[in-house]
Amino acid sequence: MMLSIKDLRVSFDHSTGARTEVVHGINLDLDRGETLGIVGESGSGKSVLSLAIMGLLPGSAHTSGQIRFEGEDLLAVPERRLCDLRGRKIGMIFQEPMSALNPAMTVGNQIAEGLRLHKGMSKHDARNEALRLLEMVQIPQAATRIDSYPHEMSGGQRQRVGIAIAIALKPDLLIADEPTTALDVTVQAEILDILDDLVTDLGISLILISHDLGVIARIADRTLVMYRGDEMEQGDTERVLRSPTHDYTRKLLNAMPSRARKSLDQTGAMTGSEANHD
Amino acid sequence: MKRIPLNLWLGGAISLLLVGSAILSRFWTPHDPVKMNILNRLKGPGDAGILGADQIGRDVFSLIMAGGWTSLGIAVTATVIGGSIGTLIGVSAAARRGLFEKATGWINSVLFAFPPILSAILLGALLGPGGMTSIIAIGVFMIPVFARVSRGAALQIWSRDYIKAARMAGKGQALITIEHVLPNISAQLLVQFAIQTGLGILAEAGLSFLGMGIAPPTPSWGRMLADAQTYISSAPHLVMAPGIAIALAVLGLNLLGDGLRDLTDPRRKQAS
Amino acid sequence: MNAASKYMRRAAGYLFVLLVTSFLIFVLIEAAPGDPAEIMLGTSAQPDTVAALRAELGLDRPMMVRYASWLGGVITGDLGNSYTYGTPVAELIGDRLAVTVPLTLLATLLAIGISLPLGVWAAARPGAVTDGVATIFSQFGIAVPNFWIGLLLILFVSLGLGWFPAGGFPGWGDDFGKAFSALILPAISLAIPQAAVLTRVTRAAVIEVTHEDFVRTARAKGLGRNRALWLHTVPNAMLPVVTMLGLQIPFLISGAVLVENVFTLPGIGTLAYQALSQRDLIVIQNVVLMFAIIVIIVNLIVDGLYAVLDPRLRTHK
Repeated sequence: MMLSIKDLRVSFDHSTGARTEVVHGINLDLDRGETLGIVGESGSGKSVLSLAIMGLLPGSAHTSGQIRFEGEDLLAVPERRLCDLRGRKIGMIFQEPMSALNPAMTVGNQIAEGLRLHKGMSKHDARNEALRLLEMVQIPQAATRIDSYPHEMSGGQRQRVGIAIAIALKPDLLIADEPTTALDVTVQAEILDILDDLVTDLGISLILISHDLGVIARIADRTLVMYRGDEMEQGDTERVLRSPTHDYTRKLLNAMPSRARKSLDQTGAMTGSEANHD
Repeated sequence: MKRIPLNLWLGGAISLLLVGSAILSRFWTPHDPVKMNILNRLKGPGDAGILGADQIGRDVFSLIMAGGWTSLGIAVTATVIGGSIGTLIGVSAAARRGLFEKATGWINSVLFAFPPILSAILLGALLGPGGMTSIIAIGVFMIPVFARVSRGAALQIWSRDYIKAARMAGKGQALITIEHVLPNISAQLLVQFAIQTGLGILAEAGLSFLGMGIAPPTPSWGRMLADAQTYISSAPHLVMAPGIAIALAVLGLNLLGDGLRDLTDPRRKQAS
Repeated sequence: MNAASKYMRRAAGYLFVLLVTSFLIFVLIEAAPGDPAEIMLGTSAQPDTVAALRAELGLDRPMMVRYASWLGGVITGDLGNSYTYGTPVAELIGDRLAVTVPLTLLATLLAIGISLPLGVWAAARPGAVTDGVATIFSQFGIAVPNFWIGLLLILFVSLGLGWFPAGGFPGWGDDFGKAFSALILPAISLAIPQAAVLTRVTRAAVIEVTHEDFVRTARAKGLGRNRALWLHTVPNAMLPVVTMLGLQIPFLISGAVLVENVFTLPGIGTLAYQALSQRDLIVIQNVVLMFAIIVIIVNLIVDGLYAVLDPRLRTHK
């Protein structure tokens, strides 16, 4: 297993001194090249889970359990080691493309930053690589856009830049936390396609976090359903969506607009037939 | 029961001490603060009074108490006058908007180029040095500060629904300002008043240090420091007391202002 | 509207402010008691000699004409002659600026040098020891008068340790090192209150930016806590700091008047102060205007810096 999480618990200190647990013992495994969807409404602890894997929880957080990544327990390694892994081995894409990019830095420099940090690339080489990455995420006229500031780009383009930053070093694991939620519906599909293609081409394992079952159904091999910090159920995406064993999953499915549910059936059928071909 | 924040009670205690000793000095000081006693000339602390005596033998402790009255008197007067004018400008700008608001913006930026010492140099040419020059110079500086604060605060009140309702009921701008705006921005004005009085004390000290402030023999902290500089090598103790008095007074009023702000506007607590 | 034309509009606005300010100064000096010709000649002078001098100085012309000719002089650099020194006012101001400008620049650099690391360290871990130190420093620094700091430095550093001169200025011509060391203690006195204010603003601004999403993005790239702090958080927190730096300029100038007085430096502050005691009205008038010009120029520079610090201000709005 590339990533193996055992009984992960996360709690936060309040300014009053009290402590609340928000993730209550999550277990999951992820293989190389696999895509795991985590679905749940806001407050279900899915974002906290992803930040725990990155080691980027705020100082008021306490963790217990194990997060084994390629044999190392991320909860036990020193901060220095985490810095070395972040960006290089584990990349992350955030929800808000508006605020996730530094407004005072060109997008080219923001992509090049990780390359220079981890690979010690020269300014020139890093810029060329950044340009290549911008083309990979299908930014039109990448050669001129490389010197743009985030505010000069649309939301969709910014999220492409976010993807370029996250995959710049071909990490083994990519975590995408609601990567399309803040975008227009038409742009959502494009971003998901780019993400799906890149992950497949580069052989990256993906954890895709979303509240949207449609998004999960589209690209996730397996799905974990979370509610208030607990696992409701976990299994192959098709199985979870077609024949949910837990009431909460059924509730989530029923909460979808009927037309969206229909298209879900189609995509589910599609992945099903593909699976048969293999 | 809400805990009183540290800055509020510390600032309140220092401010109370400042005001108390200033008022007390009108009725009682250990020695007459303006009485020369040449025998005590430049004597150190302990030899003549607990803080020593100055170059003409006046008791430093008594001078500090009396100087506090001078400083506080000038700073408070200037802040009240300048603050009232500034607030009037600010709330009118918020009420009337349009060209009037723009014009007050320009006036503010003109006045802002004149910190107290520069105004005092200019006014000194017109009026000569003295308490009145200090009050005007410091007061002028307070106008744009209060105008800005009160305009910002008043604009927030004007955007509230109950003001809109009052306007629809046919109430005039002046009446709304008096009935709704001023009472609602009074907390912010009080905070500003404490902090600006502190700055006023600092400015008064600077002016009397340069000899542009209140005329001798009225005791003032700034003048005490100017005198102390002349005797800095023979009587270094004279440098300490007035400086500490000024710093403590300003510190106390600043803490009081910060504490009041935290109390009345908890949102700003983390930011400042 | 693009950024450049907006900037030009601002500049025009400032020019207007400057015009109003200059008129205000002119009127106040006009209203001041004391006839310059009488001051120059003394009270025992004959009335017709005084009248002749008045005509020579152009004081018999109508007020608005004299105002206009003063403004013309300001533009061409001919500010008239000092009533007491007899030398051209422009020359007098120029000589004194050679002390005041280096003094205030040095003080500003010192203030930034103290406040930037202190404010950032305090913000990096709110509530920690460094934060406490920074808070105490800024509270006391704001409260302590700069001229008292000057007196303390004279007492303890100059007289006590014998390290720097207690006052006076040897001029830049002879010995640069000596001249520079004469400015050290005055610059420290001037810098501490400034640093206190800036520390407070820096701390608050950095704390606010620390919680921005892009800082987390930077950390997710593998940047360490400090790298992310200095490369991503701090540059985005500089806008309020620069604003405060601009707002502090009038205080820096009036602080210079006091500190120059403490250290008997022949700067613009002492010039203004001496002119006041000698009723050299023409010097007062021009010095005060020059202060206003400096304040406004610095404001323009600050406005320009905004665009450098925040690319969003270059294209939008």
